Amino acid sequence: MTTKPKTTGPFDLIRRVFIKVGVLPFFLVAALVIFTALSSKFLTGQNLVNVARQSVYLVLVSMGQMLVLISGGFDLSVGTSIALTSVVSALGMVWFAGIFPDALWLAIMLGAFMGFGAAIMVGLVNGVGVAYFEVSPFIMTLGVSSVGAGLALFLTGGVPVSNLPFAFGDTFGFGRLWGVPVPVIIALICIVVMWLFMSRTRLGTQVYAVGGNIKAARLSAINTKRTLMIAYIICALIASLTGLLLTARVESGEANLGSSIALESIAACVIAGVSLRGGIGRVENVVLGAFFIALAQNGMNLAQVSSYMQMVLLGALLILAVIFDQMRYRMILSGN
Amino acid sequence: MTSTSLIETKALTKRYPGVLALNSVDFDLKSGEVHVLFGENGAGKSTLISMLAGANIPSKGSIVLDGDEVKFDTVADAQKKGIYTVFQEFSLIPTLTVAQNIFLGWEPRKGPFIDHGTMRKRSHEMLLELGFDINPNAIVAQLSRAQQQMVEITKAFHGDLKVLILDEPTASLTDKEVDHLFEFVIGLKAKGVGVIYISHRIQEFSRIANRVTVLRDGGKIGTVDMADTDDNALVEMMTGRAIDEIYPKITKGSGEVLLSVEKLRTAGIHDATFEVRAGEVLGVAGLVGSGKSRLFRTVMGLTTRVSGKVTLHGKDISQAPTRDIIKDGVYYLSPDRKAEGLDLAKSATENLAINLVMGDKVGGNSQLVKWAEVNSEAVTISDYVELQESYRFKPVSQLSGGNQQKVLFGKCFGQNADIIIFDEPTVGVDMGTRAALYLLIKELAESGKAVVVISSDLPEVMNLSHRMIVLAHGHISAELSGDDMTEEQVLKFFFDETGAKI
Repeated sequence: MTTKPKTTGPFDLIRRVFIKVGVLPFFLVAALVIFTALSSKFLTGQNLVNVARQSVYLVLVSMGQMLVLISGGFDLSVGTSIALTSVVSALGMVWFAGIFPDALWLAIMLGAFMGFGAAIMVGLVNGVGVAYFEVSPFIMTLGVSSVGAGLALFLTGGVPVSNLPFAFGDTFGFGRLWGVPVPVIIALICIVVMWLFMSRTRLGTQVYAVGGNIKAARLSAINTKRTLMIAYIICALIASLTGLLLTARVESGEANLGSSIALESIAACVIAGVSLRGGIGRVENVVLGAFFIALAQNGMNLAQVSSYMQMVLLGALLILAVIFDQMRYRMILSGN
Repeated sequence: MTSTSLIETKALTKRYPGVLALNSVDFDLKSGEVHVLFGENGAGKSTLISMLAGANIPSKGSIVLDGDEVKFDTVADAQKKGIYTVFQEFSLIPTLTVAQNIFLGWEPRKGPFIDHGTMRKRSHEMLLELGFDINPNAIVAQLSRAQQQMVEITKAFHGDLKVLILDEPTASLTDKEVDHLFEFVIGLKAKGVGVIYISHRIQEFSRIANRVTVLRDGGKIGTVDMADTDDNALVEMMTGRAIDEIYPKITKGSGEVLLSVEKLRTAGIHDATFEVRAGEVLGVAGLVGSGKSRLFRTVMGLTTRVSGKVTLHGKDISQAPTRDIIKDGVYYLSPDRKAEGLDLAKSATENLAINLVMGDKVGGNSQLVKWAEVNSEAVTISDYVELQESYRFKPVSQLSGGNQQKVLFGKCFGQNADIIIFDEPTVGVDMGTRAALYLLIKELAESGKAVVVISSDLPEVMNLSHRMIVLAHGHISAELSGDDMTEEQVLKFFFDETGAKI
């Protein structure tokens, strides 16, 4: 009965790519064109490798953020997980290094586990609030974000925790393995694990189902509450890992690490086609989305855009991406 | 025909890209008559009234009101000429009061401020005049659906009423409320108002209708006087097939008890006791609000259980969570496929995959998903439920109600269930698809599964089931089987008041 007029040509292709992948390919092309025009240094191998290294932290956090977005919520407390991990693990390392001065790696390990523990608490509180008490994810993670940030500042009195074991920063901040920076290797491993998790495991499939329609998921024998909890805990854990890597990079425990990363990671996900309504999103696109944000920041630096203006542009980009997301969702639903 | 037409359409046509929604339909309404529009979903009823109501603009053809050709660009245009429509989807703001809703956009003012006193007084008068017992100060969200509909109707009366269009007004009303609505409609008839009435409930027509126009696939099949026709003739006109061809004969199986419910009690359900048996279709009938759906939602653990015992295969599942009950072999199909059944932005295959991933049919207990197996099983299921191949990879939101329901049916084949509960299995589904879905129910029952069919469509439950339970006011008022399953018997127990406790 319905015979759609077959339109071909560039416009149709653009529409199909937009429906399938979202706005990211267009943003990437635009960024490449604009920044190549603005700065001759932008499109060089050296610079792109640099961007890849800088983007590691955002790539990691964005993958956690993606998981929570797909489950139908979002996590504004990723920055807090980072700060709390940084402060707690740094305090732990310094303290244990005092107790076991001859076993620095043991101290580093114990400190790192304390940091993970703190982040698990953040994820657990978020998860319990959202899944069991049905607090809106916005309020829950916003509240936890304030609690965690306050705790991190309280623990340190606002002063960075220094005197970390040198081996920590040397390995995880600046170390290289086979010529590749250690954070990049860790990020690559995480990407592979996340990709496997989302596309190959039952749990990953359940996250998509819960985000797509939580009631339908429940009627398909899925433990929706547990699934939501796991999403928030994994998100906090990945943020925590990022917090450790950043702590190694700055060689001190700082309560103000990751202050802008909640916005950046949500922007990266939305640009990469993760739906804010949940249920839709792909790991590989999110990695590219985070890379795009890092690329845009690098390009703006090279083009000497002030950091204040960069904030303006990043916010605007996020809103623009959400507008495109709305359009895309409507196109998916209606088939037009 | 003595009286002249109040409103008339001539060769009215509506074409959407690729679809002819309404094909050259002539329709007329006389003053003081109730004219029913009857047809399956997608037959063009809504398209026709949307153009009369001014919500849609015709592609071709004309609308004639009182002898003059008219063109409506907006709903307000049509209202100015005295045509009011109460759509199925209400246009009420749930957080505002009845009076505020009635006067939304027409608020009486005192200087620059809204005159709440006058608004309340006028609303009260309007409700009284229409015979609706509703407090104008009540918040709309707290009213029953029937009362909300009355507010919706009241809201339509801001001017001179010539034509009232009611789109499925009784779909969610209890019988008393329906009586009230009909009295009101008959009152309007006496005043010379013409009423266009859309409904699927064929049993209502003889009570109010003067004429019936049947539409199918966008075209008009015919207009008949209600006095000259009967239900079967109308159904045949609507579907193009005889009623026997719709419901299959289902052979009854072993009858071993699989699920037994004893004195189940929860808010709105009192001491329900019944059994579900293998190879048998158990029909569950009752009015809207009788608790027929709630009873099985309680069995499934979807609402809190207060007391009573539910035993499945000899195992007590009275307090088990929904997911465990599903894993133990009971599958429940939601009556609301959009809100509870399907993930609308995903494809049919992806929707089926969720149950396959969670179920025990493929992959066993492995935490890793074997997508190749899942996808090939999804193809098997899609073939089985006769979902066309071109629909399988489209988001289900783009499918018709019938095809969405096929996907929902497919979900119950994702796991090895031996009890399948269909809650309103054919709501918003066209007759052709219905027949296909009934065949699936037949095959399930005849393969030895226990099937429960909960439905507000009485012919559907009566024709499919071997045994029936009837609910009224939250208690089981009758269990009928064999020759006792007649329409009069069932209807009698619909209104049984013995167990009523509010």
